[in-house]
Amino acid sequence: MLVIERLAPTGTGRRVHSALFISTAVAYALSFAVYLIFLNTGKVLSGRLGTLLLAAGLVTHYFALLGRSRGTHTVPYHDLYGAMSLFGWLLALTYLALELYHRQRSVGALVVPFILLFFVGAHLAPADKLSPPPAHGPLFAFHVTLNILAYSAFALAFVLSLTFLIEERFLRNHQLGDVVWRLPPLELLERMSRSSVLIGLVCITIGTAFGFLWVYRLSSEYSFYDPKYAITLLVLILYAVYFRLARTTAWRGARASKLCVFNFLIVFLSFTVVNLYLSANHRFF
Amino acid sequence: MEIVLVGLNHRTAPVEVRERVSFTVEQARRASEELRSKGILEETLVLSTCNRSEVYGVPPETSRECAPGLSNFLSEFHSVRLDILGNSLYHHYDREAVRHLFRVAAGLDSMMLGEAEILGQVREAYRVAHEQGATGPVLNRLFQGALEVGKRVRAETELGTRPMSAASAGVKLAERIFGKLSERSALVLGAGTISEQVIAQFRDRGIARLFVMNRSRDRADGLAKQYGGEVVGWGEWEKTLLIPDVIVSSVSAEEPVLQRRMVEQAMGKRGNRALFLMDLGLPRNVDAGVAKLYNVYVYNMDDLTEIVEQNRQARENEIPKADSIVDEHVGKFLSWQASVELVGLVNELRARMREERAQFIRARVGSIQHLTEADRARVEKLMDDMLETLLLEPAQRLRGEKDLRRKVQNVEALRDLFLSNRVKP
Repeated sequence: MLVIERLAPTGTGRRVHSALFISTAVAYALSFAVYLIFLNTGKVLSGRLGTLLLAAGLVTHYFALLGRSRGTHTVPYHDLYGAMSLFGWLLALTYLALELYHRQRSVGALVVPFILLFFVGAHLAPADKLSPPPAHGPLFAFHVTLNILAYSAFALAFVLSLTFLIEERFLRNHQLGDVVWRLPPLELLERMSRSSVLIGLVCITIGTAFGFLWVYRLSSEYSFYDPKYAITLLVLILYAVYFRLARTTAWRGARASKLCVFNFLIVFLSFTVVNLYLSANHRFF
Repeated sequence: MEIVLVGLNHRTAPVEVRERVSFTVEQARRASEELRSKGILEETLVLSTCNRSEVYGVPPETSRECAPGLSNFLSEFHSVRLDILGNSLYHHYDREAVRHLFRVAAGLDSMMLGEAEILGQVREAYRVAHEQGATGPVLNRLFQGALEVGKRVRAETELGTRPMSAASAGVKLAERIFGKLSERSALVLGAGTISEQVIAQFRDRGIARLFVMNRSRDRADGLAKQYGGEVVGWGEWEKTLLIPDVIVSSVSAEEPVLQRRMVEQAMGKRGNRALFLMDLGLPRNVDAGVAKLYNVYVYNMDDLTEIVEQNRQARENEIPKADSIVDEHVGKFLSWQASVELVGLVNELRARMREERAQFIRARVGSIQHLTEADRARVEKLMDDMLETLLLEPAQRLRGEKDLRRKVQNVEALRDLFLSNRVKP
């Protein structure tokens, strides 16, 4: 099997099997193309094929993550590449679960580009020095994985809310092109968005609790000085507020969707600016 | 093994003629029985919908000869003079008959292009004829092909996906907002024809609750009873507007029936739950300001007519794609038909050659004195082998090569050429 070896400045190897990379990228790209066809034509077969290709991409993506972890002897989220790639994988997983639960494939064409972007972007990210993490163990792994899963669920809610706002605008302005007839009903988009946020809320709550527990075990005391704690708390509050308001008289519909879109900007800020520049302990996750 | 079709439809006959020539299921059964018992057709199938009455059949003789007999039969069966029917009837044979049926099943020949109901009607007509034993191998294959064409056209084109009436467009729009309507409720203001069309659409989609409000309670009662709805007293707005997800209004009123203030108050009380308003009245029944309210979607007759027009154009754009599916299946059917006919011809030729061989041996070999019985048997075997060798290759090629079957256009000519002095089967 062909192997691409990208060396970090320190000489730490980052081995990504090119066959896995190519097959994952191709599976996601084809899934996107087929979901687009489904959105335009509404053919059931295209929708099913899109789902199958996404599932295939998910499997090869998993092995790509696994292979990389074995190659670097660390967890996949230890650097920017791994964190982004894991984010993309969990986004795909969350979307697939929601698609199967709600039996709605029209959003696939809008979600898969993000999955592809994160997967390919992760591969193109600059190589980093991989120093061993201060501690290992299931608690830490759950903490990080659950938080990234929460972010991916929030990302999905963002896409769904954005779709809601676009479709709602089209319906209100009587601009009914071909695509509007193919998008999911507004109420379903709302429900899917709420389901996604619920997944995110549960994961971020448990994941953050695991994080505090891990810090406690590591240093025998809780640390509240990391800006990541504050922004995570803010994210948690904002999404809890969304979840509550989305069912109320004044907010249900477009207003709640706008709030959900705004909330994700904070998540994005947390995942990028805060991780990279402000947090000492949350470099990439 | 010819196919003949005689019929009329919305393009060739006015409704006054169509209604006189339409068949009930029982009449269709009786007509099939009579056509076969009188020897006009060997296989028959009657397809009768509100827009067409057609008789498909396989005649015992060449189809062109039996078409006048079929026209006379239709005239007598329905007691309609032939001079009234004559100009309305069309006759199609073989390829054209097959193509016509496949286009009918695809919805390409319907009054409303791409309508979905026709496929079910074709399926039902086939079921009735098949159960009666009126169809045989040819019509079975033909109608199974038609059902396949209908399904493929609906799956692979957008011919039947877009609503083609204001009522159905409105109901489809409601589904864009709420999804399935089986857990939703609707209020219909007015009890006229348009209201009834919308109510029928709602019922088709299994709407959970249906309310009818009309100035004349009797008419509302009638509609509610017919479609399983509930009647609401005219003017009970405050209470009534809180329940439905969809409101359809089609009443004649000089002033808007639904005022902004009224809907605004209701929206507050119903927790801003989304409300879709279909205003089918002229002048408009819904105040223009209502469309500005949060979570309220208003579509009037002009909006819906525009959607229908866009959809009509979109459906027409799908015709070439649907026609290519039809042509593909017509080719398949004709190829099958030719293969059956040609294989039959080869079998007849084989029988004929064996007969000739037997005569030849009796006349020529029998007179040779020194041949023993064993020699004679050997000569017969050798001749049989030679004849089989002569027929084997063409028979195998006819079974295997579709293109060859297409090239052999006229099986009757071949039959006449090789079996000219024999009675046609």
